Formats: sequence, C-alpha cells, structure tokens
Amino acid sequence: MRKVLVLFAHPKFEHSEANQALIQAVDGLENVEIRDLYELYPDFNISIQAEQEALFEAQVVVWHHPVYWYSCPPLMKQWIDLVLEFGWAYGPGGIYLKGKYILNAITTGGSQEAYQHEGRNKYRIEEFLRPFEQTARLCHMNYLAPFQVAGTHKISASELALKANEYKELLLSLRDEGDLNSYQNR
Amino acid sequence: MNGFLANAIIYILAAIICVPVAKKLGMGSVLGYLFAGILIGPYLLGFITNEGQGQDIMHATEFGVVMMLFLIGLELEPKNLWKMRKLILQVGLSQVLITAALVFGIGLLLDVQWQISLAIGLSMALSSTAIVLQSLKEKNQMNGPTGKLSFGVLLMQDIAVIPILALLPLLIFGEASQVATDTSGMHGLIDNLPGWVQTLSIFAAIGIVVLLGQFGFGPLLNWVAKTRLRELFTASALLIVVGISFLMELVGLSPALGAFLAGVILANSPYRHALESDLEPFKGLLLGLFFMAVGSTINFSLIFNNASTIVSLTLGVIVLKTIILLVIGKTKKLSLGSNLSFAIGLSQVGEFSFVTYAFALQLGIFDQSISDTLMAVTALSMTITPILLVILDKAVIPAINKSHSISEKEMDSIDEHNKVILIGFGHFGSTLGRFLRANGVEATILDADPDRVEFLRKMGFKVYFGDGTRAELLHSAGAEEASILISALDNTEYSLKLVELCKEEFPHLEVMIRAKNRYDAFELMEMGVKNIYREHLDTSIRMGEDVLKKLGFRAHTVHRLAKQFRDYDEDALKVLMSLKDNKEAYVSKIRQQIEMQESLLNGELMRKFSVNDHTWDSDSIKEAEKTS
Repeated sequence: MRKVLVLFAHPKFEHSEANQALIQAVDGLENVEIRDLYELYPDFNISIQAEQEALFEAQVVVWHHPVYWYSCPPLMKQWIDLVLEFGWAYGPGGIYLKGKYILNAITTGGSQEAYQHEGRNKYRIEEFLRPFEQTARLCHMNYLAPFQVAGTHKISASELALKANEYKELLLSLRDEGDLNSYQNR
Repeated sequence: MNGFLANAIIYILAAIICVPVAKKLGMGSVLGYLFAGILIGPYLLGFITNEGQGQDIMHATEFGVVMMLFLIGLELEPKNLWKMRKLILQVGLSQVLITAALVFGIGLLLDVQWQISLAIGLSMALSSTAIVLQSLKEKNQMNGPTGKLSFGVLLMQDIAVIPILALLPLLIFGEASQVATDTSGMHGLIDNLPGWVQTLSIFAAIGIVVLLGQFGFGPLLNWVAKTRLRELFTASALLIVVGISFLMELVGLSPALGAFLAGVILANSPYRHALESDLEPFKGLLLGLFFMAVGSTINFSLIFNNASTIVSLTLGVIVLKTIILLVIGKTKKLSLGSNLSFAIGLSQVGEFSFVTYAFALQLGIFDQSISDTLMAVTALSMTITPILLVILDKAVIPAINKSHSISEKEMDSIDEHNKVILIGFGHFGSTLGRFLRANGVEATILDADPDRVEFLRKMGFKVYFGDGTRAELLHSAGAEEASILISALDNTEYSLKLVELCKEEFPHLEVMIRAKNRYDAFELMEMGVKNIYREHLDTSIRMGEDVLKKLGFRAHTVHRLAKQFRDYDEDALKVLMSLKDNKEAYVSKIRQQIEMQESLLNGELMRKFSVNDHTWDSDSIKEAEKTS
C-alpha cells in the first residue's frame, strides 16, 4: 500500500462546492494525507522542513488545486519555489523525490470542450500543465495523467457526486495497484 | 424542635439528603424538595407539627416565585416578549377559560353549588409557575417549543390571577365581602378607594415600574457598583425586587408579574448578568423552601380518610387539564413528545390556588372541608405531575422517538448565548471585540468598570457589568454553552484566577489569555494554558520590521524574517520552560527571569536568520555549475 499525499491549495475553499465535494470524498482514507496549504500557511511562510518530510514519506503526490488563469493559485507556486530545493529535489544530491508518482487534480470553470484546439482556450489542459510535468521530470518523478473536474460553474450535484467518487477511486487505485503504468500521461 | 437554628438545620439537612438522591434518580430537584417536605412533615418524621406551619413557610417563601419571574424577565428582551404576545393571548387565555369553564360545568353536573363550582374552576385553571419553570430550566428546555408555550400559558395565568381575585367577592352578596378584603394577603391600601382611582393607581404603579426600570435602576446600580462592595450590589438587587413587589401588592397586582416586568425592562441593561448571578442563590433557596413547604402541607390523614374522593379528584383534574393542553398544543403543531411534556408539565394545580382557596374560605364561598380537600388535591397534584414527567422523559418519549425514527427538529431558541465570552473591554479587549464583530461574531462581553460599561453601551456595544472571575457570573453569561473564553484583562493575577476557575468549572472552554510579558506567559504555561498572547510581541516585531524597511531592506524579506523571529521567540519560551524543571528550586524568580533574558539575548546574537534563508537564491546553483 502506497502512501498518498494530497497537497491542496484553494484560497477560498469555503466557497468552492466542487473542491469541497472532492476533498470530502478523499478525507480520512487510510494512508491518504491531505495538506491544506492555505490553512497551514495563510501568510505564505511555508515550512520547508515540514513539507519535505511529508514528501519524503509519500510515494504518490497530488497537486490538488483550481486552475486560475491557466495555472495554479500563488501559494501552490510558492510551495514549488520553496520546497523543491536545489540539492534536495533536483541538482547534485537532489534525489529525494526520485521514482515517486505525481499528478495534478484540478477543477476548471471552463468545460472540457473549451480546452480543445478548436475551443475557447485553444489548448488542451495537458498542454497548460506542461510546467508541472517538467517540474516533476526535473525532480526525477513520474508524472501521471491529470484528474480534471471541468465546467464547475454549471456542474449538477449528481455529476459532482459522480466526479468526487471517481476521484476517490483514483486515489485508492494509486494507493493499492501494483503497476501504475496505465496512469502515465499521454 | 423549636428555635430558628434547629429548624434551619432540619430543613437544610432534609434538602441535602433528598435533593441529590432525587437528582441521582433523574427526577430533578423539585421532586427532591417535595419529598424532603413530606419527610419532615407532620405525617412522617413530624418535625413540622402541623400544616399551618408549612403554609406559613409557603407564604413566606412564595417570594422565590417572584424572584424567579424577575430572573426570567431578565433573560427575555422586550422585543422577544412582544413576539410572544400572540402566544400568550391565544394559548394562555384559551387554557385558562376552557379549563375554568369545563371544571365549572362538571361541578354543576355533580350538583355542586354554582358559586363553589366557579371558584374551584378558576382556581384549578392555574398551574404551578414554580414547579413548571424550575423543571424546564433544569432540563434546559426554556427556549424550546415546550418551554415557550408553557411560559406563555403561565404568564397569562399570572395575569388572570388579578381578575380572578376581583371576581371572587362578586360571587357572594353583600355582607361577607367587607370581612374578606382586609384579611386577604393580595389586596392592599387602595381597596377602599373608588373604582376609577384604583384603576388609575394600577396604571400608575406599572408606569412607575417601567420608568424606574428605564431610568432609575441603571444609575442606582452604577452608583453602587462603583463602591466595589459586592454585598451592596446584592442588596440593591434585592431592593429592586422587594420594592417592586411591595408596590404591586399596594395596588393589588401580582408581585410576580411586576417583578417579571421589571426583569424584562432590565434585560437590556449592562447589569443583567451581575443581577442574575447575585439573585440566583436567593431564588434557589426560597424556591427550595417553598417546595418543601408544599410537601409538608400534604394532609395525609385527610387523604387516607377520603382516599377515593381525593385521589379520583386529583387524577380527574390532571387528566382534564392534560387533555385541554394537549388539544391546544396540537393546534400549535407541537410534536407528540413535546406536546405530552407541555400538557403533563402544566397539568398540576398551582401554588396560587392556595391563595384563592384561602380567599374563598374567608369570603364564605367554601366551607372548611371543601377548602381542606382542595388543598390536599392541589398539593397532591403538585407532587404527582413531576413524577409523571419523569416517567414521560425516561420511558414514553424515547419510545415515541424510536417509532418516529427521524425526530422532529426543535425550533431555534430566541435567546441564544454567544459562542465567545470576552472578559475585559479596555483597549486590548475592545480592539479584539471590534475585529470579531466586523466578521459577524458577537461575543458576550464582561467588564468590571461600571463607567466604561455605561460609555460602551452608549457606543452600541453590548457590554455587561461584572467581575468575570466569578463562577456565578460566568454561569449566567452562558459559559456552559460557550466554546471560547477570552481574557483581555491586563491584570495577570485575575487571568490566573480565571484559568483556575475554568479548569474546575468549565473544562470544555477553550481559554485564550492575554499575557503582559514573557514572565506572565511563563506562569500561564505552567498552568497548562495553550493559547497565550503576549501583548507586546507582535507590536514590537512589527515596529522592528518597519525599522528594517526604512534602513533599505526589501519588505517581503523583512516580512519573512519577522515571522521567523516570532516563531523563534515562541519556541524559545517553550524551551526555557522545559529547562526550568531541571533547575534547583532555590533559584529565585528574579534570578530566573534574568537568566531567561540572558539566554534569549545570547541565542539571538548567535542566530543569523538572513544567513539561513536561501529561498529564491541562486548562489548555490551557480556554485554547483562552476564545479561541474
């Protein structure tokens, strides 16, 4: 059984029905730790030590966040800036993340159709997530296909419940399945 | 057994023995007191030799009911009372009229003289304010639907007492009425005046109570509070209640009603919680004695001699009143469980009926045997209904709730206590209070400076007067229901006292304490307080931040350094705390403090924060590139 670490960043979690549903679905699962970054570091002073310890323990890491302006909220970026230290996560001696799995779990206001080459956002979500993919690669991690809840402005309660359950099943599979090759990013 | 001390010992001992036992058995204190009364009454242990003595005590301690209504008034703001007006009128009035009419009708059917039937009917319509409200308060149901309906009915009954007493003399013709007016306890000085003067004086008396409540009591209490003599404040509280009762009796109104009115007017006053906590013990003792007196007046020889009559009458009254109340409760859409406890709760005949019996006896409407029988029925019903309620709570309601697996949600309470209690509303406390309020969190605020309280009240803050380190005051400020208690006091001794108190009485409260300095924080930590706020820590560091910025440091860097420094300072305190235990005991406190200061200063010099902060720096990357 792998240890799963969900790094969750939402600056106004109390107003996000979609993310509440997702977090609720995975909260309290065995061997799944959720770190609510905006709750832990409201002043952006991230404890590098504590974050690296949590990373070290985990085999599967999830960057769970809404997509704002085609990227993550600033605290998530701050986390990447501070925690993935030179000499620890990458560079000489930076081997502590080697072989771990990582993926983005994201919510987008735009629909699945908007994130197409013909759509309003012109690029697929995987393309917008390239910086994360490359960050993972630089840290010798396996980047897995993202989990997306699209069209959160219009989603119905039943659809959301379905997605929340899907998220839970995904994390359980990542935790329990022997071979994760089928989850690789295309 | 004679003499005040001996009597006092008997009463108190009986209460000490019976009440805890009753509570253990889940019966509530009322039954405990009643049984204590029966125990020491003339038919068991015989400490009270006759019912007359019991009745004397009962009359004397009826004042407890007055105090209770005053205290209940204090918890009910005028606007909430106004919201209840329909309830009081509809529910209360229909209960009184229907019950009186039905008992009257049954009396006529049984061939009882119509005057007697009417007098009995009117008396039987009343319920026992003391028993019902005390039980409701103990079960914490005052704000629930049962509590509100019960209270509405009881209030209407208290109002109804006035016309009932006025009506009784009309039932006889001429000669006897003259005798009656002097001897009745209820009528005062103005009886011999013409009707319109009486009416006028009644309105004048109510007007005086309202005016005093609005403009008189506040300044009085403020003046007394400034002397900082607690007993004087208690005395003033008593003066208010006794004075109002006296005024009401003077014009022939119910003192309980007057006290209730005064309470409602004072409900918005800053002295509300202080009054509550000061009067509570008096009320408790008087009511306890009152219930014991009721127990002791039960005439068991009469009951045994006429067992069938009295028992059937008692049960008949209880059943009749219960049915009427059940129907009323049904129209008010009470759930079955609430309705049963409402109906059975109010189904006894009340203490006020003792007064109407006595009055009717004097008027010659009743003869002695009728009066005795009714007294026995009343006392018996007062004892039986609490027992019925226990059975209801323990057996019936759980069964009902089981069958309706989704139990109905109770109405929201009107007077909800705040989650946060804030003690001390000086500069520190008021800033904190404003911040909380700006975010929609209302705190119950206590402050011990009467002038400041008055001033803040004018500014629109709901501040209450009182010394927050007293357990009773915290009780009445709602410490049981609150979840956080904040001390913004600048006197650490008070804070320490408060912490002790909360540990003992309110262990569920999250205690958050302002500390003057590191040494105070130290003491608080030793007492196990988790949330300690040193008042100078944040401000001085913030000032330091600004100094560095003015010297040319970048703001964000300084911000990070400041946060690190604060964390370090908090940690250092904890480290010092753990070191302290190893030190020899003879090191004086001053010595300790100097050492603390020294090691802190040394530690800070040793530690160069900016050297440790590498984030966003590329020096090490450049270094690595060079070597490779």
